Amino acid sequence: MTLFGALGFSAPWLLLGLLGLPILWLILRAVPPAPIRRLFPGVVLLLGLKDEEQVSDRTPWWLLLLRMLAVAAVILGLAGPVLNPQNEEQAAGSAPLLVLMDASWASAADWRARQEAVEALLIRAGRDDRPVALVRLSDPEPPQFQAADVLRSRLPGVLPEPWEPQAEQITRLLSVLPDSAFDTYWLSDGLVRNTRDGLLETLEQRGRVTVFESPRSLYAIEPAQFTDGNVALTLHRLRPGPETEISVVAQGLDPAGNPATLARVPVTFDADAVTAEAELSLPAELRARVDRFEVEGQRSAGAVTLPDDSLRRREVALIAGNENREGLELLSPLHYLTRALEPNADLLDGALLDILPANPDVIILADVATLSTAEEQATLDWVDKGGMLLRFAGPRLAASDISRDAEDPLMPVRLRAGGRTVGGAMSWGEPKSLAPFAAESPFFGLNIPADVTVTAQVMAQPDPNLAGRVIAQLDDGTPLVTRKRIGQGQVVLFHVTANAEWSGLPLSGLFVQMLERLAVSSTPAQPEAADLEGTVWQPEVVLDAFGTPRDADNLPGVDGSALAGDPLGPDLRPGLYQGTDRSLARNVIAPDADLTATTWPARIEVRGLSRPQETPLAGWLLALAIAALLADVVASLALSGRLRGARATTALIAFFLLPLPQQGQAQSAGDDAFALAATSEVTLAHVLTGDSQLDDMAQAGLSGLSETLFFRTSVEPSEPMGVNLETDELAFFPLLYWPITPSQPTPSDEAYAKLNTYLRSGGMILFDTRDGDVASFGAASPNGRKLQELAAPLDIPPLERVPQDHVLTRTFYLLQDFPGRYAARDVWVEAAPPDAELIEGMPFRNLNDNVTPVVIGGNDWAAAWAMDDRGNPLVPVGRGFTGERQREIAYRFGVNLVMYVLTGNYKSDQVHVPALLDRLGQ
Amino acid sequence: MIPALALRQKSEEEAARLPALLARAEKLAGTVLLGEHGRRRAGLGDDFWQYRPLQQGDSLRSIDWRRSARSDGQFVREHEWQIAQSVILWLDQGASMRFSSEKDLQTKADRARLLTLAASILLVRGGERVGLTGWTLPPRRGTEQILRLAEAFTTDSPEDYAAPEARGMLPHARAMFVSDFLADLGPVEAALTKAADRGVRGVLLQVLDPSEEAFPFQGRTIFESMGKSMAHETLKAGDLRARYLDRLAERKARLDHLCRVTGWQYQCHHTNTSAQSALLWVYRAMDGGHG
Repeated sequence: MTLFGALGFSAPWLLLGLLGLPILWLILRAVPPAPIRRLFPGVVLLLGLKDEEQVSDRTPWWLLLLRMLAVAAVILGLAGPVLNPQNEEQAAGSAPLLVLMDASWASAADWRARQEAVEALLIRAGRDDRPVALVRLSDPEPPQFQAADVLRSRLPGVLPEPWEPQAEQITRLLSVLPDSAFDTYWLSDGLVRNTRDGLLETLEQRGRVTVFESPRSLYAIEPAQFTDGNVALTLHRLRPGPETEISVVAQGLDPAGNPATLARVPVTFDADAVTAEAELSLPAELRARVDRFEVEGQRSAGAVTLPDDSLRRREVALIAGNENREGLELLSPLHYLTRALEPNADLLDGALLDILPANPDVIILADVATLSTAEEQATLDWVDKGGMLLRFAGPRLAASDISRDAEDPLMPVRLRAGGRTVGGAMSWGEPKSLAPFAAESPFFGLNIPADVTVTAQVMAQPDPNLAGRVIAQLDDGTPLVTRKRIGQGQVVLFHVTANAEWSGLPLSGLFVQMLERLAVSSTPAQPEAADLEGTVWQPEVVLDAFGTPRDADNLPGVDGSALAGDPLGPDLRPGLYQGTDRSLARNVIAPDADLTATTWPARIEVRGLSRPQETPLAGWLLALAIAALLADVVASLALSGRLRGARATTALIAFFLLPLPQQGQAQSAGDDAFALAATSEVTLAHVLTGDSQLDDMAQAGLSGLSETLFFRTSVEPSEPMGVNLETDELAFFPLLYWPITPSQPTPSDEAYAKLNTYLRSGGMILFDTRDGDVASFGAASPNGRKLQELAAPLDIPPLERVPQDHVLTRTFYLLQDFPGRYAARDVWVEAAPPDAELIEGMPFRNLNDNVTPVVIGGNDWAAAWAMDDRGNPLVPVGRGFTGERQREIAYRFGVNLVMYVLTGNYKSDQVHVPALLDRLGQ
Repeated sequence: MIPALALRQKSEEEAARLPALLARAEKLAGTVLLGEHGRRRAGLGDDFWQYRPLQQGDSLRSIDWRRSARSDGQFVREHEWQIAQSVILWLDQGASMRFSSEKDLQTKADRARLLTLAASILLVRGGERVGLTGWTLPPRRGTEQILRLAEAFTTDSPEDYAAPEARGMLPHARAMFVSDFLADLGPVEAALTKAADRGVRGVLLQVLDPSEEAFPFQGRTIFESMGKSMAHETLKAGDLRARYLDRLAERKARLDHLCRVTGWQYQCHHTNTSAQSALLWVYRAMDGGHG
């Protein structure tokens, strides 16, 4: 194979033939076109006439060129040209082959292409009979060189991991690499990593290293931040490129609990920019529902970010005992709370009973002593369902009798009367400071500033279970903060005021930290490792490399410090981790991360993942030659005068017009005719099943029904039509009768789309399994199974058996049975809404809802309705008078059905009830 | 067997051709409504012409007694002179006439035969004597003569371009020459001059194929005469067109001039136009000579 750029020739010596072209040119040019012999009596008049120019008889240059082209195409075609020939030499080599895949999240975006690339490599290696080993750098195992075919069968199971290979994995790989020589194919994920260099050196010592990298850009999204009331999203891409717009979608559960796209925000990368930002403004309710943000169309863990509590702003209701607006702001019991919570919680303000329905996360009662019974009950319910009630003491609480003799349900402890004051002018002792927090306290680990002192507090009544409820105490052992769990919620009491009156606590940073620990407010920033020291976090949802959330039930808990500081790896997968009262997310992309593309040393060969396909061009060239020769035939004929007159014109026109499609007009004309026929009158229609006997019966049945309607009602339908689901428009027909036969073809997807549109826009389909005599509705019969199969893609609501008070029973005739040729009772319609209630004294439920989109039964109605041209029934129904009665009822059902379709729920209006009752004889 | 079969087949063909030609000629002739044309003077004839007083030398038998009885004088009943004219025809049977440029077009020979025979039928019905020039078929009257004419017309002459036969022309007869007149014009000239000398007048009908009139040829071509006796090769037929047309026009002008000098009438007819119009012209031209 000889190569000329991307073009190779399998028989390049044939190209020498091209040298003959100039000679051919000269010969062809010298030889005039062959003359035509023509009988012509007028020749006598021509005798003696001389041609004016002798040169013009040569073949014109363009015809010569055409012929040259044809000959050249033949020569080139026979030389076996191949576009992008696979260069076999490069793979030649017999050393074992190590296929090293980075297999990180960044590879996941085009994993399929990588797999194909590896497969191609394996095929080639198999051809060359080289043993191959496959190692994933993100989870290295000792390489085992084996036959390529064996590896190929395992290839689909090789998946990327959602982390990047770290130094630890590199070391592990280096320790298990064999000492023998091997060549390496390195499928890089394209992200720069300083751990690569050492590995590269080692690999190069063993053999040649070839790197495969995708030139595609990679998108990644940083964790969403909450700034200024908006969700700020930062996107990165690996390589700068032209201006690109991609979408970020916020996924979450909708109020019905189904996964849904809650918001979508377009993000535009400016030309040559690698970072783009977007802000997403979401209402708090919606924001709290967001599970994850993902870059649309990117399948990698880097393109997904899980928001943790940082996006959830807790709703905190602040209620103070005395809202003294005229007092000093600093003395307000809520001032310090407001300042502490404002940055990262949504504060609610209002009366307790007004706030409770909003279901806030936390209610803070600052120095509120007594609640009314209703308030207390409502609050208790709310706490029981998971609310957190935070109470602060104060003069009012101290003065009240609440929780004095018996423990108040909304107080964690009983209180002694009056409380105490320490370190004041009238008392002994120093102001008390806080004791270090116990290990089981939620405040454990917080630093206690020395200047936090307590001068007054309410005292807890000693109690057997007091000790278990204290979560912070003074250094003399008196409880400062007590807590009691009620149901899923809790009540926490600070035994001091929320302002600086009784203690210096609200003035210190400790106050804010304590509120955070109590999850009254959410932490604004990612916690430091030190903050999480000693906590254990349970993974709730982890991401795989493709960004798909996976259940993490079987994964062990993660130490808090590791969660905050360690790089992602097999032990710390990206995902959402649940702590005691908050959740933390570890995302693949950390805040302020940066994507940088790899730069390989010049000595390393870097290839793209996919190589252009080998394309043999011989066929095309030979086809071109044939086309050129055909054109030459026409041109030569035209030139020598053999192609002239009407014949030539006809031939040329025919030649050019032949491939033109001519169905377009006919089609649209046919459509128009169909639409006119279907819409000038009400037209009943049946679905063509392909079974001519069945179709004829359906046609006869519907025409019998149309006739009956014509005689008995003001509906005057025209002749019914058979409808081809694939080609015909359905919107014209109020009712489609669809007889079921097991042999009928299943409609195409487009036809189903059309049917669903038809059903949603008010159409009705009457399914008839025609087996009411032998089978009841269901999958018991072949027809029933076929119906299930046919109707599966249809948008059919829940069904129920026609209830006694269905509108279908009284649209025109009063009916309770719906027989056709058979009299089975199983006729199914859309189920009534569950809230439909029977009003006392009314015979019918108030069912003012839609027309049912389907009526399903098996009574072979068409056969009962069918009549011939003279109105005689075609098919016998039952026996004797009973049978005739059944046919009559079948007609009545048909009339009712058409009336129902045309008038909707008109007859369900209660206005008609008296008349109906009268007719029912009640 | 085979010669007999071939003979049979050929004779069938020939036999089929004659009635066809006759029928077509009859049909064509039927489109022209004939009127009896008298000589508008007294003479032998069947139709009454005039009564005149008896003159010296009239035999008594010639007296019309019924007319004479109505007056004192004696009258002779004269009949109109009805004399049959002799019409001699020459139809070009040369090979050049057997040419048609397109498949569904009649050859010139066919058209010429048709026209000539149709004219003969008309003339015979008109009571004229019709025959061929030369000695083969002298002018006679009667439908028998039409059959003979048709037979004579269907023979093909082997030579490429036929020269008109000018022998045996009856004095003061009328003549009709039908040909494409593509051959040398010398014999035509001689024939017409000879005819003019004998007081014979007539019509020249030139029958041409449309391609001979338009010369729609292109490219390198060898043109051959129908008998292949002459050929002309050109490299660019299209270039010859103008000169060819000039020569054709010149030839027509010469024929026209010749006719005008000798008192004949000239018309050019193309095979792609209606035969009827040509027949009408011939009839008018022949008829116009009367009187």
